[in-house]
Amino acid sequence: MLPDQMLFAMEVTLNGLMAGVMYALVALGFVLIFKASGIFNYAQGVLALFAALTLVGIQQGQVPFAHLINAVFGTDLHHFGWTLPAVLALALTALVMIGLAWLIERLVLKHLVNQPAIILFMATIGLAYFLEGLGDVMWGADIKTLDVGLPQGISEAVETATASLFGYGFFIDRLDMVATVVAAILVLSLTLFSQYSRQGRALRAVADDHQAALSVGISLRFIWVLVWSIAGIVALVAGVMWGTKSGVQFSLSLIALKALPVLMLGGFTSIPGAIVGGLIIGMGEKLFEFFAGPLIGGATENWFAYVLALLFLVVRPQGLFGERIIERV
Amino acid sequence: MNAEPGPMTPETPTDGARRIGPVLMEMKNITLRFGGVVAIKDISFDIREGEIRAIIGPNGAGKSSMLNVISGFYHPQQGEVWFRGQRRAPMRPYQVARQGIARTFQNIALFDGMSVLDNIMTGRLTMMRAGLLEQALWWGRAAREEDAHREKVEKIIDFLEIQAIRKTPVGRLPYGLKKRVELARALAAEPKILLLDEPMAGMNVEEKEDMCRFILDVNDEFGTTIALIEHDMGVVMDLSDRVVVMDYGRKIGDGTPDEVRSNPEVIAAYLGVSHD
Repeated sequence: MLPDQMLFAMEVTLNGLMAGVMYALVALGFVLIFKASGIFNYAQGVLALFAALTLVGIQQGQVPFAHLINAVFGTDLHHFGWTLPAVLALALTALVMIGLAWLIERLVLKHLVNQPAIILFMATIGLAYFLEGLGDVMWGADIKTLDVGLPQGISEAVETATASLFGYGFFIDRLDMVATVVAAILVLSLTLFSQYSRQGRALRAVADDHQAALSVGISLRFIWVLVWSIAGIVALVAGVMWGTKSGVQFSLSLIALKALPVLMLGGFTSIPGAIVGGLIIGMGEKLFEFFAGPLIGGATENWFAYVLALLFLVVRPQGLFGERIIERV
Repeated sequence: MNAEPGPMTPETPTDGARRIGPVLMEMKNITLRFGGVVAIKDISFDIREGEIRAIIGPNGAGKSSMLNVISGFYHPQQGEVWFRGQRRAPMRPYQVARQGIARTFQNIALFDGMSVLDNIMTGRLTMMRAGLLEQALWWGRAAREEDAHREKVEKIIDFLEIQAIRKTPVGRLPYGLKKRVELARALAAEPKILLLDEPMAGMNVEEKEDMCRFILDVNDEFGTTIALIEHDMGVVMDLSDRVVVMDYGRKIGDGTPDEVRSNPEVIAAYLGVSHD
């Protein structure tokens, strides 16, 4: 291979890895809830959308339910007329997500204790549609731009550095670089939290056996609110990254679809698995497109991840890092 | 048949009178129904501080239901539970656990994915006080707490002779050891009452003897009050200070092992009697 082409392949790989991190951010939310409660949370993608909508709304001082209020009372409200600093808006949105977790426990999960997993899964489908509608009614259905001051565009520093090193400038998106750092911090803190903190230990205990957890004095309801709060905040992070990249609109909730193959690869119960799965999918689909795309007519990125996941399901159904299914007879 | 004390019961008779204290828990006229089925019918008994109290009876007598009432998993339709001189309001199981009532399960409920050590540490979760920030920075109370709890847990591990498996994931252990880990986790909570649901079920003779020894030692060394369920009469008689006998949800006997053994109703329930 020509050195030029090799450098190009390297660039593609790097970009793929970073795209993978973005997938992993979404997959993380799924893993958290699945680990703690065995629920596959269909609403995780919509949670990210809802978080992003709320963030934009709060930051730009939009009046929630403006259309509804105006229609009923004949008013003409749209904005409070403020623009909040990004940090404050993020903190407030995080609070909203925690409140939402509390409401979900109160109104949905509490009534479904001891129900089979499929019932809870169906409940999250309902939750997804409800939140989708709620987001629309609260903040309007128009496409919004999200800007919390994250750097965007091609990093010139990387380009000039690689240009002087290899004589070939790499195009790396600065937002992807930020996402990588954020994901690393997120994974590290979540892992430390679940391995070493008291609440994390309680969380793992609940994930393992509800009865036993109760018998050592763990309140299931507290743990559920906790885990949905964390998942909500992870959704917020994913929503910020994806929203900054491609705008806040309904299609943001579809990023959940890309998280599925990531989960199948990494395993539904492993936090590091979500990251590694994301990296493999991201890198795999970019490299496949680069090498095989021209031969078979391109657009392989649309299906590559799913085919790879399918193969994995056949060979190793629990994923790379999933818990081995130990069965004693 | 229990004439000789044997290695399992060191100095029980003389020691016994001294260590048993006042009433710690009292069940008053408990009735529990599941739909039309009456699982427990108007049963009253008490548990004294420091004693080993057994609840025995044939299968389906309502023993486990009684244990579940004590530990808050079931709520009786009638009757009162008194604990430490106070009537207990209906409670959820985790609240009961926080009051100092630890339990094991008939079918073993451990955290299979965690190591033995982590499993036992969960027994101390409710005693930990450090906030999340302190824990995150590993600062102040958090570090001290973890060390102190770890020390207690190591003591229990030594006591139950499971040092060798402390890092093993519980899912890989054989049945008898799992039972022992479950006992260790309950002990780690330093309970005021320890509830054991058929601690010897499904064990071979050797494992049973080990378990007996541990139960007696726990009672002896820590002065822990123990309430246990068994349907195997032989083991229980050697072990306990007082025995409640249940049959079809009713109490048919209550007293020392000797009293219970000579109670005609108990004999009938266990051996059957000709009705003529």
